[in-house]
Amino acid sequence: MTAQEIFDILKTKFGDAIIETKFDAMQPWVRIAPNKTKEICFFLRDDSALQFDYLSCLSGMDYNNGTFGVVYHLASIVHRHKIVLKTFCTKDNLHIQSVSAVWGTANWHEREAFDLYGIIFDEHPDLRRLLMPDDWEGHPLRKDYKVQEFYHGMKVPY
Amino acid sequence: MGLLDQRFENGNVFITSLDGLLNWARLSSLWQMQFGLACCAIEMMAASASNFDIMRFGIIPRATPRQVDVMFVAGTVTIKMASRIKRLYDQMSEPRYVISMGSCATCGGPYWEHGYHVLKGVDRVIPVDVYIPGCPPRPEALLEGIMKLQEKVRKESMVKKRA
Repeated sequence: MTAQEIFDILKTKFGDAIIETKFDAMQPWVRIAPNKTKEICFFLRDDSALQFDYLSCLSGMDYNNGTFGVVYHLASIVHRHKIVLKTFCTKDNLHIQSVSAVWGTANWHEREAFDLYGIIFDEHPDLRRLLMPDDWEGHPLRKDYKVQEFYHGMKVPY
Repeated sequence: MGLLDQRFENGNVFITSLDGLLNWARLSSLWQMQFGLACCAIEMMAASASNFDIMRFGIIPRATPRQVDVMFVAGTVTIKMASRIKRLYDQMSEPRYVISMGSCATCGGPYWEHGYHVLKGVDRVIPVDVYIPGCPPRPEALLEGIMKLQEKVRKESMVKKRA
């Protein structure tokens, strides 16, 4: 199934929650609303024509203009088709619905995005830091990140 | 023990200083803490294997800090790991030695500027006796570092009171 067909199915089903799309990108993507991700992803997984049973990757993004985002790379092992979903949020309201109930893989991916970007995944069962220590200050992959001077008495910068 | 039984088989007496004897025993049996942190650990394992045969220096890997004399910090020390390394070092009994193997353990290596998660040198948490440069150092370099440490042990005194 092509990206256009997938987009058309989603647009008729979800309407305004499907915001925009870009087909001439190397990996065609569909932008969806941050508060509808779970619903849309459940549909993408369970619909017999789509069957996106595999979440290849979930990445946090910082676009360096106050916009943050999450990019989902989906694949269907049954139908051999792929799609990329994007969803954006602003720095003042870093809330995106969790999809860890849809794909178990998303659990740790979302924890990583929370750890490194500070994106808050609503309804996540266990949103703790994954890589950095629990009492670390800040989110290291943000563009405006400044590393802390000391951590438990150890000097951090060179 | 070819040298001893061929030349001194008739029950001869040796005369040496007590420090010399103790230090000879210590530097010939530097037991090593068995752990590695990153790619340097691969070179450390190569040094343990038959080509380089680290055991000819009397180095035996031990799985507990209570039984070891020397800790090879072989690899990148992350800030999360640093407190564990400190605790392992504290659990070693004295006299204890640390060899910092590779650029990461010595100064942060390639992570020195943007590695927010890397401790820029293990000497920020524990004292280091020998630094081995390299990324990663060859097993020969590790053996050279061990010989440097042996020189250091040879010059110490176990008998004199320390400050």
